Amino acid sequence: MTSAPASPPDSPASSAVGAPPALHLIDVRKLYVTGDTEVAAIDHATLTVAADEIVALVGPSGSGKTTLCSIAGGILGATSGQVVVTGQDITGYSERQLSAFRRESVGFVFQSVNLVPFLTARENLLVVDELGKRTGSAARQRADQLLEELGLSDRARNMPSELSGGQRQRVAIGRALMNDPKLVLFDEPTSALDSKLGDQVTQLIRHEMKSRGTAAIIVTHDDRITQYADRVVHISDGVLQA
Amino acid sequence: MNLALTELRRRPSRFVTATLILTLLSVLLMLLGGLLDGLTNNSVGAITAQRAEIITYSREAGVILTRSRIDPSTRASIEGVDGVDRIGGLGQTTIGARINDAGPRDLVGVALFGFEIPPVGITEVPADGEAIADDSLREQGAEIGSVLRLGPNETPLKVTGFISDSNFQNNASVWVSLDTWRQVTAENRPRAAVGQDVSQAITVMGDGTVPVAELIDRIDAATNGTTASFTPEGSVLENDAVQGQQGTFNQIIGVTVTIAVVVVALFFALLTVERTGLYGVLKAIGARSSTLFIGVVAQAIVVTLIASAIGSAIAVVLDVTLPPGVIPYQLGLSRVLFSVVALLFASVVGCAFSLRRVLRIDPASAIGTAL
Repeated sequence: MTSAPASPPDSPASSAVGAPPALHLIDVRKLYVTGDTEVAAIDHATLTVAADEIVALVGPSGSGKTTLCSIAGGILGATSGQVVVTGQDITGYSERQLSAFRRESVGFVFQSVNLVPFLTARENLLVVDELGKRTGSAARQRADQLLEELGLSDRARNMPSELSGGQRQRVAIGRALMNDPKLVLFDEPTSALDSKLGDQVTQLIRHEMKSRGTAAIIVTHDDRITQYADRVVHISDGVLQA
Repeated sequence: MNLALTELRRRPSRFVTATLILTLLSVLLMLLGGLLDGLTNNSVGAITAQRAEIITYSREAGVILTRSRIDPSTRASIEGVDGVDRIGGLGQTTIGARINDAGPRDLVGVALFGFEIPPVGITEVPADGEAIADDSLREQGAEIGSVLRLGPNETPLKVTGFISDSNFQNNASVWVSLDTWRQVTAENRPRAAVGQDVSQAITVMGDGTVPVAELIDRIDAATNGTTASFTPEGSVLENDAVQGQQGTFNQIIGVTVTIAVVVVALFFALLTVERTGLYGVLKAIGARSSTLFIGVVAQAIVVTLIASAIGSAIAVVLDVTLPPGVIPYQLGLSRVLFSVVALLFASVVGCAFSLRRVLRIDPASAIGTAL
């Protein structure tokens, strides 16, 4: 549960035996054109995240950490470079392929939680199954199991508006784990929570990731989260730093 | 799609406005359609009620019975056509009628039909001096056993039965034998009278061995082109007054459907804008644009079906409760189905305007977006 800030950004702190890296970014650039000016949101980023590693991606607002996370999750395409997630090179994927990739291979937990407001906690987990190839009872069993692990069994039938901030975030974590991903991307998961609840949620994230051998990138500007990561990678002006 | 239907079930209030407007449009569509059908039926109900497959007029008459004359030799030519099973004369005269002991000024306009092949609703030709009257004459006090006194000579006819939906040129029809028709016309409208064995048109039933279209060609060829034959529906379509009426109403119905398209398009476009954040999140976790769009269409279809069901119920209640003859409103199953299908079409087309918005939603919008 200690950070390893001495490691360079492209070196994983630990690695599951024989498993391919969860994420391999090679010389990734993301450019935005505004008028005649080209702005590099991500500039020659190279990063490897091991199969069961938790990486905290830390940087000030506008440093490019969310953009990097979006590229790693197949939400945004890179302008150049190579993006390999759990052995899949998604660099040239079409929109349709990226949708399938996001549906099947990665999990997301967003800053604003973003549960579907008219679905219960359990249904918010099952929505992942509805979007993909339906597995029916297997998905229902998995949702119930995840809710139990996350301590939400008695809240399964509650709507998001009936849950506390921490409970909502736990449901979002459950949703991110529904497709059994090898990589989960957390975008500022504690920014809407107080420090005590933030600690609890971060501990839960670490526990859930480690117990499954799942890799995670936690985008944050909160230094307190870094103690739960295996490695901390800093980013500034789109450039990854050791 | 489950997601979309769950939203409908759990957040019905969001769809109340659209359902209400579509219900009103549904009622309007059925009212307009019912009025059109009622007016058409009032004009040509006696023609569409014909059991015969073909009506043959003299060529120069078009489809206007009072201008048409079929003499005995033409009748014989028609009867001899291969594929013809049975023929009958048909004649019509518009005439004033007094019902029972009504005073000399209490005249009701009726369309007196003489026939040999009974229309739908009549099983056999009435005996001389007897008549089958359209239901609408009941409103004027006619009942079985009533005596209708026709024309200035007050030629008496005894009512022995009733027929539905057989009005002609906005007058109630009265059905008598061809001989009785000739007699009443000669006594009261001598200028409209026809000679013995002459009728205004011939109704034809085929023997089933020849397609109707071909039989029509054969009949008109056998009369050396002196006749023009149509199916009863074809006769209605050839009628200029009916065509004008249908054209006007169909334009209004078209505008109503267009308004429905606009309503659905605006409503679901607004809803899609409102859902940008939700769709962004769903796309980020792997939803395809097509899945989301199908959800929008499913919601529109369900809302339209609910609106159509309520609209149909209101239209049927109107049809049942409106006293006959107050307004020419006639609602049939085909009209209800047409209105439902038209609204469904409008809702799907309206939804299509939301497709571009759904496609343009960027999954990256999920990041930093609150639902």
